[in-house]
Amino acid sequence: MTTAQIIFLVVAAVTLASAFMVVTTRNLIHAALWLVATLFGVAVTYALLDAGFLAVVQVVVYIGAIAILFIFAVMLTRKEMRDQGPQLNSGWWISALLAVLTFGGLVGMLWGWRGMDTLASEMPVGFDSINALGDALISPNAFVLPFEVASVLLLAALVGAVYVAFNPRSGDSRK
Amino acid sequence: MNQWLLVAFFFIVGLIIPVGAIGVAAILGPKKPNPVKQETYECGLETVGDSWVQFKAQYYIFALVFLIFDVETVFLFPWAVRLGQLGLFAVIEGIVFIAILIAGLVYTWRKGMLEWA
Amino acid sequence: MDFLKDPLKLAADWLIGLMTGWGMPEGVATGVAAFLGIFVLIAILMVIDIFLVWLERKVVARFQDRIGPNRLGPFGLIQPFADIIKLLIKEDITPANADKVVYNLAPMLSMMSVLILWAIIPLAPNILGVDLNVAALYIVATGAIGTLSIIMAGWSSNNKFALLGAFRQVAVMVSFEIPMVASLLIPTILSGSMGMNAITRAQYPLPFFILSPLAALIFLIAAIAELGRAPFDMGEAESELISGYNVEYSGMKFGMFYAGELLHAFTFGGFWGILFFGGYGLFGLEKLPALAFLDNVYINMLTLIVKAVIGYWIIMWVKYTMMRIRIDHMLAFNWKFLTPLSFALLIVTALVHALAKDASPWVYGLSMFLSNLVLGWIVVEFLRRYSRAEREKVEGPAKPAMEAAGH
Repeated sequence: MTTAQIIFLVVAAVTLASAFMVVTTRNLIHAALWLVATLFGVAVTYALLDAGFLAVVQVVVYIGAIAILFIFAVMLTRKEMRDQGPQLNSGWWISALLAVLTFGGLVGMLWGWRGMDTLASEMPVGFDSINALGDALISPNAFVLPFEVASVLLLAALVGAVYVAFNPRSGDSRK
Repeated sequence: MNQWLLVAFFFIVGLIIPVGAIGVAAILGPKKPNPVKQETYECGLETVGDSWVQFKAQYYIFALVFLIFDVETVFLFPWAVRLGQLGLFAVIEGIVFIAILIAGLVYTWRKGMLEWA
Repeated sequence: MDFLKDPLKLAADWLIGLMTGWGMPEGVATGVAAFLGIFVLIAILMVIDIFLVWLERKVVARFQDRIGPNRLGPFGLIQPFADIIKLLIKEDITPANADKVVYNLAPMLSMMSVLILWAIIPLAPNILGVDLNVAALYIVATGAIGTLSIIMAGWSSNNKFALLGAFRQVAVMVSFEIPMVASLLIPTILSGSMGMNAITRAQYPLPFFILSPLAALIFLIAAIAELGRAPFDMGEAESELISGYNVEYSGMKFGMFYAGELLHAFTFGGFWGILFFGGYGLFGLEKLPALAFLDNVYINMLTLIVKAVIGYWIIMWVKYTMMRIRIDHMLAFNWKFLTPLSFALLIVTALVHALAKDASPWVYGLSMFLSNLVLGWIVVEFLRRYSRAEREKVEGPAKPAMEAAGH
């Protein structure tokens, strides 16, 4: 085994273990913090693949924004900071079934994939993934339209968030 | 060597140093806990209830707005890197992107989301 | 003369040679050498941090017409060491209801989020940890870890003040991250790279504070907010929250927050220097034939450190002369003023860059500078109108100047 493989196995194990903690820990803030560990593990995996931009964006967006949002949401909605309520509701078996089916589907999809046992070609010398990404995002014959649509999508998300979170007439608590 | 390995070293050393400092302090310092000393500090008053108080929902809303803008500005970095090579067309694309971003800002502003109500 | 040109490589080669001589495989030896180098760099940073405590206390004393520490050693220089001994032998009190693990982890993460910033700081062309091609975003990513440490500290202390302080601080930090990212995009556009070395090199002959003074200003303001220093220190607001998110911390754990904040300020002073003031370059002076001796690794390092200290001093200057801004004003200032301004600046910079990039450097620089100037002027004019309108709401319509003077 090469060093990279050992590092990958350790990182993957830590990521999976913290993902497991997210769903099993009884304290919601702890769950959010374990989620941070999971997301950071994913960022490390990106870094291992030399996808620096994705790794950094993973930390900026998921840890810097989404995890903070989760923690805020938990603190705003839960009356007890050290929540000890039941962890499962009556629909747990449906979600368990769905999870198993999704996992099975993923395994089935990847089973015949050739990428598992072939090595990716070496990156050309002087290859800069940021430049390639920039070209892909804005050159007219690549992904211009998805790039612009992404911003429209985010605008829609913002409008939706405003609508859901902020309804001054009823003053409701759907935060 | 992979440059991210060096970054990982920085993370490790950056964690070792504070862990070491706090560990040494924990060994050297006296340990005489008593209930009064360990009380939650509230300027001498006795603490009532736990630390949960009703927080303003505004904090959450700012975090929500921030999340959207954060994702959008992150998209702009690859654009900014290649701007010099790609000419006016790329600039106009980026400006359209930023204009949609600003439209979102104006919308939240008009809806009163940015007020500290 | 290799030692003058590239001391880091020389030391690394020597170390690797030594270790391979002991029978270590070369890959492992390189790794160990890199690890040791990083350890030495961070140890030096901690020593610098100790002197920053002294510097901060001396400077604040002068601002407040005091003398500051002056008993221990010449100019009180030994004082910070005495402080450290005190922090080391203080009792480590953990409040009874605190969440132990998170409570202890928070100060460590806080310090780490600052130390890892130094991975991308180029002290000289060859003396840097890593020349990441995503360095500008890396700055933001470390900020995310800092934000997380604050909310962890505030929540785990189980203290109302701490939690409120953490909430405020985090709201400010995430809000000001938007103008910070936008102002990081400007050097990225101007240099065509996110790497710190490339940004530094692109600032010859024209440093970016000339090309984009507004971006430099926005970055400084956003950095001060990110640091949680006055006038944006809502998170600690000692008159209402005692000390904010770190109120329950004592001893070395508090020391980590405190030292981390000072080193963070110093580091951001350094980034201000790198992103807008030419980093380790001496504004092109070292390229002059007569001053070629300045193009030297040690002068480069010294230049960057001096720039970082100047940036740090400006951040201190702001801290000790401005009053704290109310949180609603602060967030309104960010979302309704700084964010739109930074996006407008981004559009203007992108346009001018695309239109003038093939012109001569002087035309390019002049058009950049003038476009910034015009935008700044529009903003000032707009602010003047706005504040006049606000004043008239309170005081009634303004009287003509002659009348107001009593004639």
